Parts: sequence; C-alpha cells; structure tokens
Amino acid sequence: MTAWLRERMVLLLGLGVLAYTFVPIAVVVLMSFNEPAARNVYSFDGFTLHNWANICEDAAMCEALGLSLRIGFLATLVATVLGTLAGFALVRHDFAGRSSANLLIFLPMAAPEIVLGSSLLTLFVAAGASGLLGFWTILIAHIMFCLSFVVVTVRSRLAGLDDTLEQAAADLYATPAQTFWRVTFPLVLPGILGAALLSFSLSFDDFIITNLNSGNETTFPMYVWGAYRVGVPMQVNVIGTIMLLFSLAVVVTGELVSRRRRRALV
Amino acid sequence: MTQAAQAVPETATLAAEPSGSRRRRGRTGYLLMLPATLWLLLFFVVPFYSLVATSLFDASGSDFRGYEMTYAWGNYVDVVEAYWQPFLRSLWYAALATGICLVLGYVLAYAIAFKAGRWKWLLLVLVIAPFFTSFLVRTLSWQLILSDEGFVVDALQFLRVLGPDDRLLATPVAVVAGLAYNFLPFMVLPLFASLDKIDPRLVEASSDLYAHPFVGFWKVTWPLSLPGVVSGTLLTFIPAAGDYINAEFLGSTNQRVIGNVIQGQFIDANNSPVAAALSVLLMVLIVAMVLVYVRRAGTEELL
Amino acid sequence: MPPSADTAATGAPAPAAPDAGPGGSDGGLRLSSLTKRYANGFTAVHDLDLDVPRGSFIALLGPSGCGKTTTLRMVAGLEVPTSGRITLAGQDITDRRAHQRPVNTVFQNYALFPHLDIYENVAFGLRRRKVRDVESKVRAMLELVELDSQARKRPAQLSGGQQQRVALARALINEPEVLLLDEPLGALDLKLRRSMQIEIKRIQVEVGLTFMHVTHDQEEAMTMADTVAVMNGGVIEQLGAPAELYENPRSTFVANFLGQSNLIEGRVLSRSADVTTLDMHGITVSVPTARTHTDGDRGWIGIRPEKVLIGEEGADLDAPGNTVPGGVVSDVSFVGVSTQYLVRMPWGQELQVFSQNTGRTRMFTVGEKVELSWRPEYAFCLDINQDAAAGVDDGETR
Repeated sequence: MTAWLRERMVLLLGLGVLAYTFVPIAVVVLMSFNEPAARNVYSFDGFTLHNWANICEDAAMCEALGLSLRIGFLATLVATVLGTLAGFALVRHDFAGRSSANLLIFLPMAAPEIVLGSSLLTLFVAAGASGLLGFWTILIAHIMFCLSFVVVTVRSRLAGLDDTLEQAAADLYATPAQTFWRVTFPLVLPGILGAALLSFSLSFDDFIITNLNSGNETTFPMYVWGAYRVGVPMQVNVIGTIMLLFSLAVVVTGELVSRRRRRALV
Repeated sequence: MTQAAQAVPETATLAAEPSGSRRRRGRTGYLLMLPATLWLLLFFVVPFYSLVATSLFDASGSDFRGYEMTYAWGNYVDVVEAYWQPFLRSLWYAALATGICLVLGYVLAYAIAFKAGRWKWLLLVLVIAPFFTSFLVRTLSWQLILSDEGFVVDALQFLRVLGPDDRLLATPVAVVAGLAYNFLPFMVLPLFASLDKIDPRLVEASSDLYAHPFVGFWKVTWPLSLPGVVSGTLLTFIPAAGDYINAEFLGSTNQRVIGNVIQGQFIDANNSPVAAALSVLLMVLIVAMVLVYVRRAGTEELL
Repeated sequence: MPPSADTAATGAPAPAAPDAGPGGSDGGLRLSSLTKRYANGFTAVHDLDLDVPRGSFIALLGPSGCGKTTTLRMVAGLEVPTSGRITLAGQDITDRRAHQRPVNTVFQNYALFPHLDIYENVAFGLRRRKVRDVESKVRAMLELVELDSQARKRPAQLSGGQQQRVALARALINEPEVLLLDEPLGALDLKLRRSMQIEIKRIQVEVGLTFMHVTHDQEEAMTMADTVAVMNGGVIEQLGAPAELYENPRSTFVANFLGQSNLIEGRVLSRSADVTTLDMHGITVSVPTARTHTDGDRGWIGIRPEKVLIGEEGADLDAPGNTVPGGVVSDVSFVGVSTQYLVRMPWGQELQVFSQNTGRTRMFTVGEKVELSWRPEYAFCLDINQDAAAGVDDGETR
C-alpha cells in the first residue's frame, strides 16, 4: 500500500493541483444553472435552465459580448497574419537588425498590461485622438499585444521544423514556391492555428489595456467589471461555460485530428 | 594532422549553415518583418516614449486644459512619496503568488511530464482549459468561493483555523490566492516544456550512482528545468505585478495595488502625469528585477 | 597532409556500365577542383577531382568531418561550392539549383514528409515534374521495395527499415542520373543494415543508375560499392576497388581506417625492380617494390593481422621470407571464427595476429614464446612521415 502510494504520490499531488484549478470553473458552470433569489445574492438557490434559454436577457451584456467577438476575430486575423510573416522572417531570413527585431517582439510580453495600456492612452491623447477612443483604438491595442505571442509560437514551430524536409523537396524538383506551399506551410499550420486560438482568447479576455483605451465602448470583460457591484447576471456564467466548452472542443478536436492522421489505417 | 581535421568535425558542416538554403539574405526578410515591426514601433515603442514624456509634464495641468512640458522630474519623487505602499504591495503580492505558483506548478508539470504516460496531452489541455474561461468571470467565481457564506470559510471556521468573525474575502490572503490561481497556467506550461525534454534515464543514472531520489532531483532534474523555472516565474510575476482585478474583486481598499492607482489616476482623477510616472516606474522596476534575476539564474539566452 | 591521392577513377572497375566510354566519363559525374570553404575559414573539401562512370556504385568513405557529406551535398545542389565545377552527363550543373538537377538524395534521417502518406511521398518528385502515369509508376516502385500494402500509411507509422525503403523509392522513382545516399543505413540495427546493404546493391544492379554513397562504415562501403574513395581532411586519400584498397593501401590512414594493420618501422637496405628489402629491428624482410609507397630510406612496413602466421619457436611456417622470432603472447581473444592474439615483440611493439580457427593449429596461451611470419607479397611499405596511428580510432565503427 505504501509502495503504491509512493509510486503515485507525485501524480496524485499533481492531479490535486489540477482539481484546485477547476474549483472556480465548477462554480461557474454550476452558477450558470442558478436561479438567484435576488439580483446580488451569490448562493445557489435553485436549478433552472432560464439563464441558458435567455442568454441575452440583459441586452447590454450581449452587446458587449458582440463587440468582444468582433474585436477578437479581427485582432486574431491581423495579428496572426503579421505575426506569421515576422516568424518566418526571423527563422528563415537573415537581415540587419535581426536581434533587435527579436527584442522588439519580446518586450511587449515582458511589460505589464497596465504599462502597455497607459502608454497607448498617452499616445492617443497626445495625438489628439482622445475623442476617437473606441472600436479602432481597442482593435489597435489588441493586435499589438497579440502580435508577440503569435510570432513566438510560429517561430518556435518553424525552428523545430527539420529543414532537411525542405531540402528533400528541393531535391525532388520542387521549386521554392512549391516547397513552401506543399511542405513548409502544411507543417507550420498547426502552430499558426494554435497562435490564432491563443490570440483570440487573449483578446477576448483582456480588461486592463482595453479599459484604458475604450472610450465609450464596452467589451465583455468591461461589462462584467461594471456590473459586479450591482450584481452580475447569471448569464455571465453561461458565457464563461460556453467559452470553456468551445475552446475545449477546439483543442480536443485538433488533437484528435492530428492523432487520427498519425494513426490512420494502422 | 588528421586530428586537426577532426577537431573541427562535422559541426562545421552542420552548424555553419549550409549557405543559401537555411537563412536567406535579401529583401524578402525585410518585407516579411516590416508590417509587424511597424505595428510594434507605432503602438508599443512610440507610446512608451509618449508615456515617458507625459510623466514629465507639469502635473498641475489637466486633461482638459492641457499640459505643459516642464521636465518635471519631481513627479517621480511625488509619486514615490504618495504611492510607495501600493507599489511595494504589488511587488510583494506578485512575488508571493509567483512562489506559490512555482510550487504548485512544478508538482503539476512534473506529474504531467513524467507520470502521466499516455494521458499527457489530456492533462495539458486541462491545464489550459481554465485559461479560456474569462479572467473576470473566473475571479468573480473565487469571490463567491471565498465569501463569508462560502464553503471554504465555513470549513476553516469549523477547523478553528479561522475565528468565527474572521474572513477570507477582502484580505491579502484572498488576493494572493487569486493571483496564484489566475496565473498558474503561465507557470505550468514553460515548466512542462523544460521538464518534458529531460531524459528520464538521467534521473535513473543518478540513482544508479547512489543518489537518493531527493538528491537526484536536486542535482539533475532541477538544474535541467531551470530555463522553465525562469521563464515561468517571469511570465507569472510580470502580469501579476500589474494586475488589479484580483485586488479589486478579492481585496478591499487596504489591498489597493499599483494597478488600481494608475487606472484611477488616468480615468477617474484625470491626472495623466502622475499615472504615467507610476507606469514608467513600474516598468523600470520590473525590467531591472528581471535583468538581475535572469543574470543570477544564468539564463541570459532566454531574453 | 598526406599525399593527395589518385584523382581519377581510371582503374576503377565499372561492371554495371556497359555504355560508358573509355575513361567512363561521358555519361557520368565529374567533379573538378571542387572546393568548399565555410565562412569560418574551415575548408571542408579541398580541390577535389573525381570521375564517376555512369552506372557505377561509388562510396565516399571517411570519418566525420572528412568532407564526404559536403561533397555529396554539393552534387545534390544543397551547398554551393566555393570553387570548382560539377559536370553531369556532359552538362555543367554547378550553377543549377537543387530542384533543377537530375539528381536525387536518400537523406540520412530519410526526411520523409510527415504530413503526406507513403504514396504521396513517393509520388512527390513525379508530381513536381508533371510526369504522366504517376499511379502506375508509384505502384511499381512500391512493389520494388515491397511496400505496396503500406501506400496509405504515414511515415511515422512505419518501422525504421520501411522508412528507409520509402526514402529509397522516393528518390529512385525519378530515375535520376545520380542517386545520392547520405549515410542511409546509419539509423538501422546491425541485422537490418546487412540485409539493406544487399538489397540496395541488388536494386542498383537492377536499375543500372549511378549511385554515390556516403558512409563512415568501412564494411558497408566495401560490401556495397564497386569503387571506394577514402576521404580524409577534405581530400581523397585513395580511390579504387575495395580489394585493391584493402590489400594495397597507400597511406597509413587508409591502412588503419580500412580494417586493421600492423605498422612496423624499417630501414631500406636495397631496392630492385621487384623487391625492396628492409631492416626491421635487426631482421631482414622484403616487400614487393610495387607495394612500396615511399622513396625515403625508412618506412612503415605494413602487414594485415590475418596475413600473419603464428607458430611455436622454430616451427616451420609456410611463409618463406619474412620470419620474426622472439615474440611473447600478451593477450588472447577467442572470437569464434578466429583467435586474435597480441604478441609483444623484442623491440617492445605489440603486433596483432588473427589466426583462423581451422582446428589445425592449437591455441597459444598468454606468456608463450612464439614466432611470427608472413609472405612478403602481402606486406606493404608506407611513408615514415605519416602518423602510424592515423585513422585508427576513426575506423572503429562498431
């Protein structure tokens, strides 16, 4: 018995930590079915599907959600494209200032969000654009902080790519363009998709930077922030649960697809 | 003479990049790099410059009347005098949270890397899954758990760890717990990446060479995982030091951190120079701490 | 540096090249004054000349860092030579890029495309060149390498030996002018490696293409190739048929890298057209002049361990000419087919002796006094200025 325990001690402890990270998640899921007795009482008073059936009961919440989705989608798109190009440049090309470029990519990740947000705000104010704070400034900020994460993800995927594969393609009569589209790109694609998923969740989740640069717009995290004093509607938990399920589905599907590819026809 | 040729062995043929095939020179590199560089210059470097400039404006101006550039270095003295407490508190909370994350994260990453077997990927997915539920929703959920009526307080009161009138919410404990919880994935992932690369046979070799498992861990596994430890602690500490959501949701006015102050000075007090000076100070402090830390850990190549 | 070796394969037999003209260079591969110097100043390949007749199987053999892989990569177009020309089938291809050369490579770690199945891996080159009849060609090729049932699997699902065959098929299907093999068997275990050696050789004879094979394994080179170029320090030390290289090495490096050799210092007493006589620590021995590769008055007298006979003191050994008394057995290793002795000679050197286990002679024990002898025609003589230990460690591949 002790031997069994000693053998599995680390695993059990690890699973314990994992379980701890799921306690708040479990509460979120649970509360999405809650029927609160009053608006700002946070106890589980009764089971209901009401919140799931009426997600947009509070129109402001859904408006904020829509904005977050739009920003998240656009920021992901732009950051993924620019970041992928930069990732290729950094791994596959030699140019003056390559190490400065690497530093430039690294720094935004080393800066606390509050610093990034206040810097941008002072720029927009100095440029006389404080009246224009809103959708576009949020988008600019989100692309900025997602960019570095995309570059880093794509860069490491590319660096891990065995370059003899590209040599083999060239050896087998593939022109540089064919080598790129038939060998390099398909092999880097999972990294790019991962980077996009990461971008989206960073963008969707950001509060600190957005709050400083949003003008009169309200994103989903800002809505939660604003609503929590008066009592957050239970639908917020529904959104949290949906986000969780959605991303789990994406990740698990991705993993299963790549496994099936590896194992097919065994 | 043949020895000389071997001294420069195949490394020369492998490491000296086969010219023309791996890193290409020419215009394409610049073109690919250009958009991202421009974006970061315009919306990261230039803003930081403008942040520094703003921090030197005459603080007696206002957002409406405009500011005068007076190179008011005194702003920095003023903000340190006025806000050194939330400043230190931020760094202290972040350090505590990072320490907790390191312990919990290491156990978890170690278990996944060495003990999970075929369930490795599933456990990794589960580590990042909470990360995909909105940060604020997650933190609100903590508020609920740690609230006076929540089961944690009840249990602790039952166990006499807490007195009947003690609470968790609105205490430093709650804030640090929230920070540690929220940034745990940032610790686990780099740690896992480092640990997963370690050949388990190295640990076996150390026990074969008479090392007690703890000694083997300390002399083999831990040093090899240092790159992960360093990047994990940085990725945890930096955002934790600037975060104010946990302090706001889980603390009280006694747990105000520097993020609260900066945000308040910008938005509510309309006092940009003070807020900017605080931001610059925070950035400088963090960069300094990171440099010292990275140098001491001997992992400069991470930067 | 050792003397720069023979530079033309004129003497090399090319059995599978019926259409090769005199000199064998018409349709073949010719490297002239090929040099590769890296930016860090390291010269990987130095002024290399090599003629590979069409349809022959040549092996570039040498230790790591000797320049063999760099040479191969320059032929493939994956590295740009610093100077020199590469001619293939009469055409100068030096400035053509990899995808424009009728040359295919079997890479060291196979470099199979992990995202494509076996069929598409093999079809890759055909599709790029828009060749017709991809289907039937790929099927035929997969049959040749006995992988037709695996067509729709991905590389990661195959064993090492199967992956190796896919890599071979993927290159062969393009019917290149030259097929390059870059240590293609290095990742396989010994047994599989043996059978693949025979398999590749069979395929080469069957398809009749020119094969250029890079390896550090001397047994592999000798088993597979009909011509072996021994490389060291960026130059070819010696070129020839395996048996010729083995029996008549021209440098200490070749003598040690290909098999093992006893090298004993000797002083030249006389030279005639047929025989050179030397004084070897007080014993007069003779070496055929044709196998004496030094003009100096001293030289390394070389003899392969299996050519040395071992007997009791005063025994009548069937090796007239070179008899060396006064040895003491210092080590005995019984390895089944033979017994390997180390014999300490009166001048302090230990010589290796491999005695075939024919059962006709008894085994000797450590400390026994013995007499060694060998037939003069098996001995060779090398330049005393060369390092007697050159290539010794490099040769130990297994």
